[in-house]
Amino acid sequence: MVLTGAEIVIRSLQEEKAEYVFGYPGGAVLHIYDALFQQENVRHVLVRHEQAAVHAADGYSRSTGKVGVALVTSGPGATNAVTGIATAYCDSIPLVIISGQVPTAAIGQDAFQEVDTVGITRPCVKHNFLVRDARDIASTIKKAFYLARTGRPGPVLVDIPKDVTAAKAEFEYPAEISMRSYNPVVKGHHGQIKKAVQLLLEAKRPMIYTGGGVILADAAEALTKLTRMLGFPITNTLMGLGGYPASDRQYLGMPGMHGTYEANMSMHYCDVLLAVGARFDDRVIGDPNHFASEPRKIIHVDIDPSSISKRVKVDIPIVGDLKEVLEEMIRQLEAGTQRPDAEQLAPWWKQVEEWRSRECMKFKNSDEIIKPQFVVQKLWEVTGGDAFVTSDVGQHQMWASQYYRFDQPRRWLNSGGLGTMGVGLPYAMGAQLANPGRPVACVTGEASIQMNIQELSTCKQFRLPIKICNLNNRYLGMVRQWQQLFHGGRYSESYMDSLPDFSRLAESYGHIGMKVERPGDVEGALREAFARKNDLVFLDFQVDPTENVYPMVQGGKGLTEMILSAEDL
Amino acid sequence: MRHVISLLIENESGALSRVSGLFSARGYNIESLTVAPTEDASMSRMTIVTVGSDEIIEQITKQLNKLVEVVKVVDISEAAHIERELMLIKVRATGKDREEMKRTADIFRARIIDVTDASYVIELTGNQSKLDAFLGAIDSSLILETVRSGICGIGRGDRVLKI
Ligand SMILES: Cc1cc2nc3c(=O)[nH]c(=O)nc-3n(C[C@H](O)[C@H](O)[C@H](O)COP(=O)(O)OP(=O)(O)OC[C@H]3O[C@@H](n4cnc5c(N)ncnc54)[C@H](O)[C@@H]3O)c2cc1C
Ligand SMILES: Cc1ncc(C[n+]2csc(CCOP(=O)(O)OP(=O)(O)O)c2C)c(N)n1
Ligand SMILES: [Mg+2]
Repeated sequence: MVLTGAEIVIRSLQEEKAEYVFGYPGGAVLHIYDALFQQENVRHVLVRHEQAAVHAADGYSRSTGKVGVALVTSGPGATNAVTGIATAYCDSIPLVIISGQVPTAAIGQDAFQEVDTVGITRPCVKHNFLVRDARDIASTIKKAFYLARTGRPGPVLVDIPKDVTAAKAEFEYPAEISMRSYNPVVKGHHGQIKKAVQLLLEAKRPMIYTGGGVILADAAEALTKLTRMLGFPITNTLMGLGGYPASDRQYLGMPGMHGTYEANMSMHYCDVLLAVGARFDDRVIGDPNHFASEPRKIIHVDIDPSSISKRVKVDIPIVGDLKEVLEEMIRQLEAGTQRPDAEQLAPWWKQVEEWRSRECMKFKNSDEIIKPQFVVQKLWEVTGGDAFVTSDVGQHQMWASQYYRFDQPRRWLNSGGLGTMGVGLPYAMGAQLANPGRPVACVTGEASIQMNIQELSTCKQFRLPIKICNLNNRYLGMVRQWQQLFHGGRYSESYMDSLPDFSRLAESYGHIGMKVERPGDVEGALREAFARKNDLVFLDFQVDPTENVYPMVQGGKGLTEMILSAEDL
Repeated sequence: MRHVISLLIENESGALSRVSGLFSARGYNIESLTVAPTEDASMSRMTIVTVGSDEIIEQITKQLNKLVEVVKVVDISEAAHIERELMLIKVRATGKDREEMKRTADIFRARIIDVTDASYVIELTGNQSKLDAFLGAIDSSLILETVRSGICGIGRGDRVLKI
């Protein structure tokens, strides 16, 4: 069948079963928009800024595991998308971004709305393509989806010049694709896994440390089973929350800069560390030399060899897909004669419980002023721990991760690697579209929400009943916290002056706004908001501007050098 | 430590910038980089000379392998291998220097490939240190211009880099 390049683009997206395309039109993609108009399978969500298009596609992907799709025009459309692409890249989220480009003959001529999109995005994509011939569109899109979702996932960009979308070509969607230069390892090495299982059985002070890889690999079930079989304590990174049920006794909370005392102490003093789809980030282990000062054996499972022995030397590396590897570990444990020995672990658990008894997450609540932690606790209660929760970046993000207990994967959506303020609302849009009828909450700050506030309009158009919980402390709180602790209390440019009245702002977009000022009103407001199943409600909580996030490991310090509360200062 | 990394990469536009971009983005060193198509025109072979600790070299090879267009990577300096570089050098060659220059070229088995009344262009291949030695052996004030290709490398004996 002979089709135009634009029709081929849309047909290819249909073949990939893309439900939604998040995008924004412009000159270079007019043919594609025309083809989009003439079909109904792929639905387009018109955002109000291209950055939000990519974030929304990213949120869609995080909440479902499917590949998110975004469509932007050349020049400013593509550059606006870059922050979204980099955000997805840093957290290994599978996306396909289609960008328009000036006509082939105009490339390199400083044409109107021309930028070197492939060049600009090269360092923040898994791969990208410039399609020069309509005959190559289908196979390139096929490759893009394949690359995005296999191996270590990531965003893939396909740049298509306008004339290529107008040209005609025979359309046939390839059933399969093979690339001689790209063959990600799936199965882990049997012998290495065997060695790892043996080491785990011998451990006296074991610890399991898991990350975003568990979520990306859809391996939460296998991880939970293995962890219960072994009876070891476990921690999930900020990206791995929900990989193991947070309400379970074996779970010690998050590790790292704002992790729990018990998780960090156990990471540091264990004798065998099983690291699964986690990459020893600097926000997790702090100073690598301090971390290395305590001897321990490390087993590291990751699909990307470059994640292994990058920051920390590993004793047993296992390259492969987590789900495969964890299931193989379970099989070997079941087949072997040796069983994990609870008695052998008892002294270690005693130590862990002693650390846990410090209750590092306790905070002083107040009757007068709303504590941000309290809002998140109430949000957890009111939603029965069953909501999709997105956040922006700052103190509110940390409180959301600390006080909302995630028992399931793909419920917590945040920007961990790039730390992009402004993701919260578009992530919620993507999650809500992917999960209609399910509760979606966006925990944000008065500064972050303003980075993509225009999307309230998109939410109106597409009737997305998101509940925005703005922890309004009138500060770039995370910046203020660092200035207070490390810059002599000189609050340089961290006060958010001239704030809008958010509830009225939300109303002017056609939503419901609520301003909540007293602790006693928090729960009622949340209940009322979630009862409004069809409305977006903007809850503007006026919270304590002086509250800080604890525990805290200062940047560059060791994991055990924690500030547990304001009293430690 | 100095390492010579050879790789096969899809011969596509932009492939070179993915490799060079990787080195600059991650702060890795490039001493030299050469690239040209292989006997199979759809693939290029690259030789990169770099310097780094064992950990850095390990990351470099892993990161190179991760590039979608890279087909195969080997650190050929891990075992017996051959390195060759080509240098073209234009020197002033007048009076008594003319004879002296010819003699030095002969000693190094270099070839004079262009001659004018006042200058020679000399071609010399060898490993890096041989080329350096030649430059050290001639009077530096006579050098008008030099150009070096960067290193090409290949494993000795049975070691073959092929798909
Ligand atoms: C303000 C702020 C504060 C932060 N504080 C903390 C903190 O206190 N604690 C904390 O934990 N983080 C914190 N972070 C997040 C931190 O910056 C990192 O993003 C995060 O720790 C990385 O998580 P991860 O190690 O799970 O790796 P990810 O970035 O999630 O990487 C996933 C790993 O899994 C691998 N993988 C992917 N798919 C598969 C598969 N199928 N099979 C096998 N492996 C796979 C990948 O190759 C990769 O190595 C903070 C971020 C911000 C913005
Ligand atoms: C796009 C972007 N710019 C700047 C930063 C640096 N930054 C991190 S947290 C933060 C403050 C966020 O303020 P707010 O959204 O009000 O959250 P709070 O910390 O007060 O809860 C800033 C400026 C960032 N992460 N992202
Ligand atoms: Mg704030």
